[in-house]
Amino acid sequence: MAYPVEMQGSIKKVEASRSHRKEQTFPRLDTAEKTKLLEAYHPDFVASEKREIRVGANKGDWAPKELVEMLESPSRLVPDAVNLKKVDYKTDILIIGGGGAAVTAALTAQEQGAKVLIATKLRLGDSNTIMAEGGIGAATLPEDSPAIHYIDTMIGGRFKNIPELVETLVTDAPFVVEWLTNMGVNFDRHPDGTYFTHMPGGHSRRRSHSVKDLTGLEIMRVLCDEIRNQEINVLEFCPAVELILDDQGQCAGAVLLNFDTDQYIVVEAKATILATGGIGRLHPQGFPTSNHYGATADGLIMAYRAGIKLIYIDFIQYHPTGTAWPEQMLGLLISEALRAQGAQVVNVEGEMFVDRLETRDALSAAIIRECGKRDKGVLTPTGMTGVWLDTPLIDQIYGQGTFLRRFAGIHKRFGKDNIDPIKEPILVYPTQHYQNGGIQTDVNSETDIQNLYAVGEVQGGIHGHNRLGSNSLVDIFVFGRRAGRYSAQRVRETTIGKLSLEHIRAYDELLVKKQISTGKVSPLLLPDYRFEKALTSVQHIKDR
Amino acid sequence: MLNNIIKMIPIYVMGRKYEVPKGLTIQKALEFSGYWLKRGCGCRGGVCGACVTVYRKRGDYKINVGLACQTVVEPEMDLVQLPYTSANKALYSIKNVPLINSNIIELYPELLRCMGCNACTKSCPMDLEVMNFVSAAIRGDFQEVVELSMECIMCGMCAARCPAELSPFNIALLIRRAYGKNVVPAAPHLTQRLSEITGGKYSDELEELKTTYTSELEKKYKELQATKGAAV
Repeated sequence: MAYPVEMQGSIKKVEASRSHRKEQTFPRLDTAEKTKLLEAYHPDFVASEKREIRVGANKGDWAPKELVEMLESPSRLVPDAVNLKKVDYKTDILIIGGGGAAVTAALTAQEQGAKVLIATKLRLGDSNTIMAEGGIGAATLPEDSPAIHYIDTMIGGRFKNIPELVETLVTDAPFVVEWLTNMGVNFDRHPDGTYFTHMPGGHSRRRSHSVKDLTGLEIMRVLCDEIRNQEINVLEFCPAVELILDDQGQCAGAVLLNFDTDQYIVVEAKATILATGGIGRLHPQGFPTSNHYGATADGLIMAYRAGIKLIYIDFIQYHPTGTAWPEQMLGLLISEALRAQGAQVVNVEGEMFVDRLETRDALSAAIIRECGKRDKGVLTPTGMTGVWLDTPLIDQIYGQGTFLRRFAGIHKRFGKDNIDPIKEPILVYPTQHYQNGGIQTDVNSETDIQNLYAVGEVQGGIHGHNRLGSNSLVDIFVFGRRAGRYSAQRVRETTIGKLSLEHIRAYDELLVKKQISTGKVSPLLLPDYRFEKALTSVQHIKDR
Repeated sequence: MLNNIIKMIPIYVMGRKYEVPKGLTIQKALEFSGYWLKRGCGCRGGVCGACVTVYRKRGDYKINVGLACQTVVEPEMDLVQLPYTSANKALYSIKNVPLINSNIIELYPELLRCMGCNACTKSCPMDLEVMNFVSAAIRGDFQEVVELSMECIMCGMCAARCPAELSPFNIALLIRRAYGKNVVPAAPHLTQRLSEITGGKYSDELEELKTTYTSELEKKYKELQATKGAAV
């Protein structure tokens, strides 16, 4: 047992109440109750953690202060340091990013005959996609339908979703399952070929298609392999630092930074697809994050400087079940599939306080309330608090061996720290997980700037104010395919004018004129965890 | 950790000595020592394979491997971060690879050079039975390959350590892809749904939903939740 003595008393209480609880459900929140809970406890509603944006297309709007700081910082690129007359790569389509949305757009565009270049900050495949455990949401079962998927998604997003984008999502979703299967993704299947599906929080039907708890890993392995088979040109360790516009105001490519040599690379492209992911490594409100190392909101910053207006950028998803113990796994995600498969959420006394299948926003708020105001959280030796995810219920309900079969990855990770989630519960606390908003696009992922597209987490509007589980692992493929297909057609009739970085100069000058000074430059590219910052801070919890 | 007295332990990063707090992962220990990681750092959650690390402990002959983001530092660790691993990868069209043994051997003829030394298994940071799935691939037991290799994070250590110069992780990936595409039968419920969507079965309903009042959507949602059935 790796749980310290001071936590074991609470585990005893969880064990004591388990057989009784197993048969019980906690009443679901109605809309009014949910709204009240969110407004009182969800981090999005903590006004002091937001700031007004003083410059750019969203001037006057409020956003998380960590993001505002980046938006209000001058570019890390000095335009004079780049010679736009010397173009290093000329391509039809430049794709910025290396996750599921990026590779999908690349494969689709290449299939349509376009010349594609992928530029990514880390290795191809390094992304939040590869970390996705749960599954792909698609209405493929007879008792389900795209219409039901639509309703669930709108409810989850608090009706703020852009209806056309949701319609596109739910209609294309089943085709994504077919496409990935034909690529050779080993979904969990029954012997007759039927897909094994589960129902994450907020959904009304079983529709999440998984590969054990390694869904994203399996998909990224396959799609990256296909990128190599198709011999698509990839520049790894070359993040984009700014977009290039042309004299018509169209997007015309990007300036990349070669991490190995510190040289700038100029890419001219007839279409540019931003697939840069989310914001987690800015650590909104000091929360731990489930995001990968490169999730620093670069795409938002670059697009914003080029004049793009961001949508719902003040709505961040906190996944209710981030790891709270052991310390070295802090913030690491525990898939929602465990809750779908019976794991209840209980407090220090072993009592349920919320239904396990509430949407992520509501469940996170309930956990924060339990650990904060109600003071019924479990305290760890490092000062972190959390509540129990009662994982032993999974085998008790669905039979011995279920946990190991379905959640081998999680079992192995905790096993390294001598915690056996088949026998012992897991301590969880909300972790920053997803940027609900982003760059608004049409159904073909095109933005308000000609020839600029946005796909994946950097895109906004599909999920409204709160994304449902399994809906991002499908949106990246739905909109990645659309962006790839549509841009490949469009580049045939696109001509690019004279390349320009004037928008960077203008933005920097505006900051000076308004006397806005953050002392930083953006985009961030990589978080800085050196020296004492390597020691985890859990300060935000103590402040609550 | 914030207020406790921190016990420091010595580690060596590429031969240079640093004192770092006990209990940190190798990754955080590198960062505490002042390294701003570019290569050799990815998901920080144990699934991407970017941070595979080779280490010995001073005074011990044994070479160990681990993921820097998952392995806790121990005193006297002598650490090497791998910026990149090179491995052979065959190019193929997944449409044209029926899963038969001769195809695999044709694409990866070096498979037959395996001498059963078990270096791959010993070098796997995920503790996979690498040599066993290589043997299964040679035998043509593809289901076994799929099952034994499913948790592979493609870090490339097995290829780096193999004296016969195989790339076990790429060979297993080819087999898994061909297995997923060709061996599992198609799902009738998916085929049915795709033809329904193509035939426009849901178009009108979706069109109407786009302009439905939120109170009406809420009502429908409540009814759906009441009939949702089991979660798995």
